[in-house]
Amino acid sequence: MTMFRMTLIAGAMLAAGAVQAAEVTTINGAGATFPYPIYAKWAEAYNKETGVKLNYQSIGSGGGIKQIKAKTVDFGATDDPMKGEELAEIGLVQFPAIMGGVVPVVNVVGVEAGKLKLDQAVLADIYLGKITKWNDEKIAALNPGMNLPEKLISVVRRSDGSGTTALFTNYLAKISPEWKEKVGAGKAVNWPVGMGGKGNEGVASYVKQIDGAIGYVEYAYAKQNKLAYVALKNKEGNYVLPDGDTFAAAAANADWKSEPGYGVVLTDQAGAQAWPITGASFILVYKEPKSCEQTEAVLKFFDYSFKKGSQVALDLDYVPMPANVVQQIEATWAAEIKCPGVSAYQK
Amino acid sequence: MSNSIESVINEADIPMPMERSSRKFALGDLAFRWTALSFAFLVLLLLAGIIFMLVQGAMPAFQEFGLGFLTNETWDPVKEEYGAWAPIMGTLIAALIAMVIGLPLSFGIAIFITEMAPQWLKRPVGMAIELLAAVPSIIYGMWGLFFFAPFFAQHIQPVLVATLGNVPLIGALFQMPLVGGASGVSVLTAGIILALMIVPFMASVMRDVFDIVPGVLKESAYGIGATTWEVVWNVVLPYTKAGVVGGVMLGLGRALGETMAVTFVIGNATVLATSLLEPGNTIAAKLANEFNEADGLQMDSLIAMGLILFVITFIVLMLSKLMLMRLAATQEGRKT
Repeated sequence: MTMFRMTLIAGAMLAAGAVQAAEVTTINGAGATFPYPIYAKWAEAYNKETGVKLNYQSIGSGGGIKQIKAKTVDFGATDDPMKGEELAEIGLVQFPAIMGGVVPVVNVVGVEAGKLKLDQAVLADIYLGKITKWNDEKIAALNPGMNLPEKLISVVRRSDGSGTTALFTNYLAKISPEWKEKVGAGKAVNWPVGMGGKGNEGVASYVKQIDGAIGYVEYAYAKQNKLAYVALKNKEGNYVLPDGDTFAAAAANADWKSEPGYGVVLTDQAGAQAWPITGASFILVYKEPKSCEQTEAVLKFFDYSFKKGSQVALDLDYVPMPANVVQQIEATWAAEIKCPGVSAYQK
Repeated sequence: MSNSIESVINEADIPMPMERSSRKFALGDLAFRWTALSFAFLVLLLLAGIIFMLVQGAMPAFQEFGLGFLTNETWDPVKEEYGAWAPIMGTLIAALIAMVIGLPLSFGIAIFITEMAPQWLKRPVGMAIELLAAVPSIIYGMWGLFFFAPFFAQHIQPVLVATLGNVPLIGALFQMPLVGGASGVSVLTAGIILALMIVPFMASVMRDVFDIVPGVLKESAYGIGATTWEVVWNVVLPYTKAGVVGGVMLGLGRALGETMAVTFVIGNATVLATSLLEPGNTIAAKLANEFNEADGLQMDSLIAMGLILFVITFIVLMLSKLMLMRLAATQEGRKT
């Protein structure tokens, strides 16, 4: 009897030990929809290499923040960076994982992709409802020789709360004092004019269908749907076209350390070739996680993706984080996350 | 003698097989009664839970904005000022349009199937109606966005603007849209799509209740020379009005609460334009759009709008019950 009991106890202890030492097989994340395609690609490659699966629910930035607060996931993802004091209060570490651009797209008869030029004032005035026709002299002045129709401008924007909207309105608020005062910036705002489409795909399909529409979408959606994106005038006065290079140019001069949690919004950045509406997508993990194994697995995944996932990111029209920023990020992990395995990232 | 009496008494003490089985039945009956009762209470509990959750969630919004929440048109997540006026009106207007178009349509369909269609046509048309009722609402939404809205913008909208747009009083409702432009995305489009969605429901309920009118009643009416219309209006409708009102309320309920299809074609602009051809919003569509990313006061305000939709639906239900009661009362009066 005692013999039996001892075997039982020993067995239980063995089992417990086995559970503790068990390899992490799945990491769980939730949040922003914008980086979902690249996270999925990275996860596929990482799974092949290590056997670890990533289960990422692209439910939106707000949802990602809620889930990490509720501790139901190992990491949260958000396009709209959290403020420093809030991060400190909850005990979260925030770092950027990937960058991309938002592009205004139009549907005007005879206007091809990249041909229409808009400057800061005109873009803001269109979204403020002050410029209502495509042949307005302010638009014509920027596009001499272009045959613009006498058509109403149908302004299209997102109807759901979105990190894309946060980026776009952040830019408008930076370039137009009137926008800043009347509307402001956020994941959802009180739009002066226009109609709302649900998701990037909703906006893309409205713009595709409506003759005379202007909208804004993630660059990937504009490319996939072959929408006519516009050339924007950047901070240094140059007209630039959206692509990986101009997004990277916007990120090149970013001072990531200027905001806690790397919460820099890369709109209206200096740089001759900088695309003005660029932004990063962020990851949130706990400083003192309830399971160090899980959080370490998350960091390993991003470490792998930072170092080996750049080409995949570029193929999908995202901008990978530059090597020097990755070094800073990993030093932050080592300094702030209280888990034994994380000190490996100490530089 | 006494022995035999005793034996009879003794026998009476032993339960008869019949009694035993009826006691068994009583037990089963009791179990059934309690199960059914608990199921019924489950519904009440669920309803109470939903009301409690809505009221509790909505409280902060009403404390902040008071009753002005109902009449304020501004919805500004940046400045944290919220009002439900535009979505409330959008919901009511879209549902009203749906009823104005859908009611006569479904009435006509039901009458055609029950009174006029040749036997071989009844089943296919009836089946088609039932199949339409089974189409998921997102399909209506996508069809509305990709096919109907452009068609509406090109062919129907200009005609409406040119004709009804010039009629005094209602002309303002049919002005060329400034915001929606040539998109065909508007409150009217949403109302039409809603009408198409609720017609199958209302038509199949009406058909079913028209079918139960005893043939002898109709035949007597036809026998004294009544036309089809007179039979329908004076015999079929009075006989089935409770069912018809029920079917209409089912349709109206769906029109008020429909979400996906509406959000595709209404334009999701939280403003209240005079022209029905401009984009607008409904409560359900707004909830679906903003719930994911909302927090704080915005979330409270969204829940408050959910409560308002609940109350609107409740009022509609009450009105239909009142209507039925009055109908019953007048019928009683006529009989005596």
